[in-house]
Amino acid sequence: MAVPSSSTPVLSLRGATKRFGGLVAVNNLDFDVMEHQVMGLIGPNGSGKSTTLNLISGALRPSAGSILLRGAPITHLRAHAIARRGVARTFQLVRVLPSMTVLENIRAGAVFGHRRRWGHEADAFATQMAEKVGLAGKLAMRVSQLTYIDTKRVELARALASEPRVLLLDEWLAGLNPTELGEGIALVRRLRDEGRTILLVEHVMDAIRSLCDACVVMAAGAKIAEGTPDEVLSDPEVIRAYLGEEDA
Amino acid sequence: MDILITGLLLGGTYALIAMGLNLQYGMARIMNLANGEMLVAGGFAAFWLYNAGQVSPLLTVFLVAPLAFALNWLIYRVMLLPLVRRAKSRGQLEVDSILATFGLSFVAVGLMLMAFGGDYFSYSYLARPVSFLGDTYALNRMVAFLAAVVICGALYLWLERSRAGMSIRAIAVAPESARLVGIDVPRLAAIAFALGGAVTAAGGALISSFLTLDASTGVVFTLKALIIVIMGGVGDVRGTIVAALLLGVMETFVAALIDPGLTLAAAYLLFILILLFRPQGLFGQRTT
Amino acid sequence: MTGQELRALILSTLALAAAAALPALGSSYWLTMGVTIAMYTVLATSWALFSGPTHYISLATAAFFGVGTYTTAIGIELLPYWTLLPIAAALGAVMAALVGFATLRLSGVYFVIFTLGLAEFVRQIITWVQNLTGQKGLYVLTDLTEKHIYWQLLGLAALVYLAGWLIARSRLGFALRIIGDDEEVARHVGIDTALAKIVLFMVPGAVAAVAGAMLAPRYIYIEPSLAFTPMLSFQVVIMALLGGTGRLWGAVVGVIPFTLLWEAISASFPNQTTLLLGVAFLVIVYLLPRGFVGLLEDARRRLGGGGW
Ligand SMILES: Nc1ncnc2c1ncn2[C@@H]1O[C@H](COP(=O)(O)OP(=O)(O)O)[C@@H](O)[C@H]1O
Ligand SMILES: [Mg+2]
Repeated sequence: MAVPSSSTPVLSLRGATKRFGGLVAVNNLDFDVMEHQVMGLIGPNGSGKSTTLNLISGALRPSAGSILLRGAPITHLRAHAIARRGVARTFQLVRVLPSMTVLENIRAGAVFGHRRRWGHEADAFATQMAEKVGLAGKLAMRVSQLTYIDTKRVELARALASEPRVLLLDEWLAGLNPTELGEGIALVRRLRDEGRTILLVEHVMDAIRSLCDACVVMAAGAKIAEGTPDEVLSDPEVIRAYLGEEDA
Repeated sequence: MDILITGLLLGGTYALIAMGLNLQYGMARIMNLANGEMLVAGGFAAFWLYNAGQVSPLLTVFLVAPLAFALNWLIYRVMLLPLVRRAKSRGQLEVDSILATFGLSFVAVGLMLMAFGGDYFSYSYLARPVSFLGDTYALNRMVAFLAAVVICGALYLWLERSRAGMSIRAIAVAPESARLVGIDVPRLAAIAFALGGAVTAAGGALISSFLTLDASTGVVFTLKALIIVIMGGVGDVRGTIVAALLLGVMETFVAALIDPGLTLAAAYLLFILILLFRPQGLFGQRTT
Repeated sequence: MTGQELRALILSTLALAAAAALPALGSSYWLTMGVTIAMYTVLATSWALFSGPTHYISLATAAFFGVGTYTTAIGIELLPYWTLLPIAAALGAVMAALVGFATLRLSGVYFVIFTLGLAEFVRQIITWVQNLTGQKGLYVLTDLTEKHIYWQLLGLAALVYLAGWLIARSRLGFALRIIGDDEEVARHVGIDTALAKIVLFMVPGAVAAVAGAMLAPRYIYIEPSLAFTPMLSFQVVIMALLGGTGRLWGAVVGVIPFTLLWEAISASFPNQTTLLLGVAFLVIVYLLPRGFVGLLEDARRRLGGGGW
């Protein structure tokens, strides 16, 4: 494996492409995520953001191109192997483990993820992650008893419990009411302040401006802009892409 | 050469049966493990009518097909639709329908044993040789093959051309979107399932004219049909036909050159190779 | 060990001791029933270990069982009986791993079909080989009596329960619960789901082969159609599901009533056993989707009891 240094990106995509039959959902995508960076992946609906995360996490295999984790290719690894190398994610449509308690859900990440723990150590770490995301006191609850935002917290804590090198969040803030949204943004900001490396797909503009160091903008599968949030959000092509969506 | 042609003749009838299963699994999304019993029932009907009144199996098809259609439609509405409705996931429906159709299959075998006993049944219909390309073949096999070709062709045209056929193909490809464009999915799934049963029963009536059946042979045909469907690709008509012909030829070769007791083993070996190397079917695209 | 676990341990030791005393009754009818029940308990419990969490329906029991029977039949001439049991276990496990490798990466339907054909496949191959060598069946002559077979099966049952208990407490057990809930999540937290399923499938493979090896001396004369009866696979599925796969002790709750019913039906209506199998499947799907265990647990909940 390549020696990690501050100049090697944690995550790189090189010409990543995904075709579904005739549809090119992700088209020749290049970008890098650096250590401690929070990178936003934005774009209109159907522009290929979730598919990009799926390619990185190994849920889907790229049709072409390569994906590197700290310089080492992970393109043809299966999802579990990628998770063990340090990629953790949440899903756009929340996926929690319905038959298990909150603690067990989170422990799943601690036991099988990038840094593997077992027994008391796993429980202790899972508890710590639960507290970090604001689930203290709900550890013994079944996930079916939770509110929507709490299921999102469970998913996030499960991802954190594996101590990932890079965290992928797919619209983690979507569907929250204004109060919850404030809490959610504050939570992601805390993760950012801890120095975590995060790639997040987001629609909420406030969140993007306040959380992201840099953004990649996608439209119809391709990258159309990259830069700081202010730069890309004032880019005419980006505005056109978003307006185009509103026309449709 | 004559092995090849005998194999193709057998494969033609297999294609018909596998088309029936493919309609049920590919379109109605029910893995029907009682499919073979429908075939045996069709065969029984042909046997009985032939012995009772010298009715040609070709005519029996016209009687058996609508009856089987009605019966399978009922089975779908009464037994399977509730399972579809209660299933929380594709996986659960899969398990439930496997268990339920196994149940049906055993009940059907049990009832047929009760009604007709465990004897083999066969009759001789058109059991005379005809010569073709310099070799001789049994006329009944040729006739069954031609009938199978006609039925398969009609089915293919119906699926490709008619409105109902196209809707059925739409639910096979994308059930969610089909619902969105106003297709009544439960109704069409029931029709696809019923049609699958009718085609299989017709295949049974044809096959009984040259093969010996008994009440419990259904499972062998179920297994073969399943192997063909998976080999050809779920929902893929062209693939099913090619796979069925391939299986027919392979079986005939094994039976002629190695040992007739190994036909199922040969089919199974083919299945293993498909699973290992082309699990998406002969013509399928690799998706994941 | 918690108090609850200790209680379970004491209870199961007592149950095992009571079961071991069955031959003392001196009734050959009940000893025969005991062998049958012990055999199905072993098979159904190990089946549920795999199929409970993964929801894959295995019909391979008869194939593994037959391979075990043949291990004894062929090996008894060459090796002492006791060495044949571990050999059968190894063969069953390897075969299960191969089957798992071919099918467990794919959907459940492929697995069912594959296992459905497996026993018949092996049977045809063995018959063919026997035809080539001109031999029909094999004799297994030992001085093992029904009583010895019964005790061996009880020992195997104890091992199966122990294995189930250990797996439930292991990483593998936790991984399987996650897979049972959501396989996509399982992969994304770092579980090699295909490997976990293959490893777990080796358990019923090995156990069924050992059971077959243990029962071979009872049959005395072994031929393919006897060793590879497809019915066996179906009976095991029904018993396990009838009992309920949610608990380790679930299978035996299905085994005992179904075995008694089966014996009664085959004694008075020998031609209706197929019908019985069919009806049992339908009862499971439509009336008892979680088996007797589910029924008991619902009753307990209604009576206001919380945990165990
Ligand atoms: N599994 C799939 N099969 C076929 N098409 C897909 C699949 N997943 C996504 N798509 C298509 O790819 C395109 C991009 O989807 P997605 O990545 O979900 O967009 P976004 O997350 O940016 O809204 C859409 O047109 C979508 O319909
Ligand atoms: Mg998306």
